[in-house]
Amino acid sequence: MTVSSPSAAALTAAFGAAIERHLVSCGDPIVYVANARAHDVLAWLQTTPGQEFNYLTDITAVDYRDPGRPLEVVYQLRSLDRKADLRIKIALDTGRPLVVDSVYDLWRGADWLEREVFDMFGVSFTGHPDLRRILMWETYNEGFPLRKEFPLRGHYNRAEQTRQALAANPEAHYSVEELTIAEAFQELPPDVRERLSHGERGFVK
Amino acid sequence: MGLNPDTSPVNTEDGVVSSMSPNWMTTKLDFLANWARANSLWPMPFGTACCAIEFMATAAGRFDLSRFGMERMSFSPRQADVLICAGRLPFKLAPVIRRIWDQMPQPKWAISMGACASTGGIFDTYAMVQGIDTIIPVDVYVPGCPPRPEGLMYGVMLLQKKIKGESFMDSSIRDEQLTDPRTGLFLPAQRIDEISEPFGNSVHQTRSA
Ligand code: SF4
Repeated sequence: MTVSSPSAAALTAAFGAAIERHLVSCGDPIVYVANARAHDVLAWLQTTPGQEFNYLTDITAVDYRDPGRPLEVVYQLRSLDRKADLRIKIALDTGRPLVVDSVYDLWRGADWLEREVFDMFGVSFTGHPDLRRILMWETYNEGFPLRKEFPLRGHYNRAEQTRQALAANPEAHYSVEELTIAEAFQELPPDVRERLSHGERGFVK
Repeated sequence: MGLNPDTSPVNTEDGVVSSMSPNWMTTKLDFLANWARANSLWPMPFGTACCAIEFMATAAGRFDLSRFGMERMSFSPRQADVLICAGRLPFKLAPVIRRIWDQMPQPKWAISMGACASTGGIFDTYAMVQGIDTIIPVDVYVPGCPPRPEGLMYGVMLLQKKIKGESFMDSSIRDEQLTDPRTGLFLPAQRIDEISEPFGNSVHQTRSA
């Protein structure tokens, strides 16, 4: 039997009741966190010496078929220096609005990951700067495809789906900011900025 | 087309398609134009998925699509003759392929390559167009998942055969088939639903809820 991650014990010591339970599944430590404190917990895991989970591998969600079972938002963290992984889960009651705090302020990579969870499961992330659909087109209004109550072929008939798809403007999905890194140049880390400013494809300041 | 003397149709409604009847001159012109067209098709590759890999293999040295005068991939729709949809088409790409098709000048043809492009294939889901013929007119369907390069080449040869049978006496085959401005659809709604009905194994696919 694998022992639980040392992070789980440290989390319980630091957050007490906000850590609902923890387990090890297939060798991976999983910690369930109360929604209200989730952002604090994730920030703590990112910055506290000895934890330093500086890389957000993925955010996803799981909707179970069992009735009444909560929908889980899953954060997969990795500490690149310590070479350790940790999975944080937030259980959300599907009867109530699915809202969690965005971790965009902690890991910029959360931007598109949270948009995907929003697109597929309908979970909103408070504090996300640009929460809109990412895989489905923006005017898609059939619901959230990865929820279990969503029918495989969608809610509308094929003709209606085709009509709505053809009515979409294929150029409307991309804003200029998405297509250029020029605006984001100042926000890049200094070493990346340094690299991009050299060479023939270098960024002209 | 330069070769097409303005054969303005007298009355297309009544099925009279041309003011001229075929004669020695026009059939020879047809032969010449069709021979030229059929052997210099510039494909617009619309590769969206796994089929595109097989399409690339077809274009590469071993199978060599250039034997059919098709080596010149036209990545601009405005210079393309034949749209090859190689791969599944999600609804999100439907307006894109429609726009590309509308941008291609006449004469133009379309090949639907693979089970997905032709019928939706294994993807009988909320996200997938159930056959690109609900979006654009298709000339040749190539079955397979993915079709082998020989299959695609057979499709190309069928298309060449079709082109060689065309006549500029019938100008209606060059009519743009636009989407209906009232419904916004290319085919009548009923036909789209009919075409998209599940068939084969996807009848047994579980419908959740
Ligand atoms: S027909 Fe098969 S190979 Fe072609 S796109 Fe569909 S799944 Fe891929």
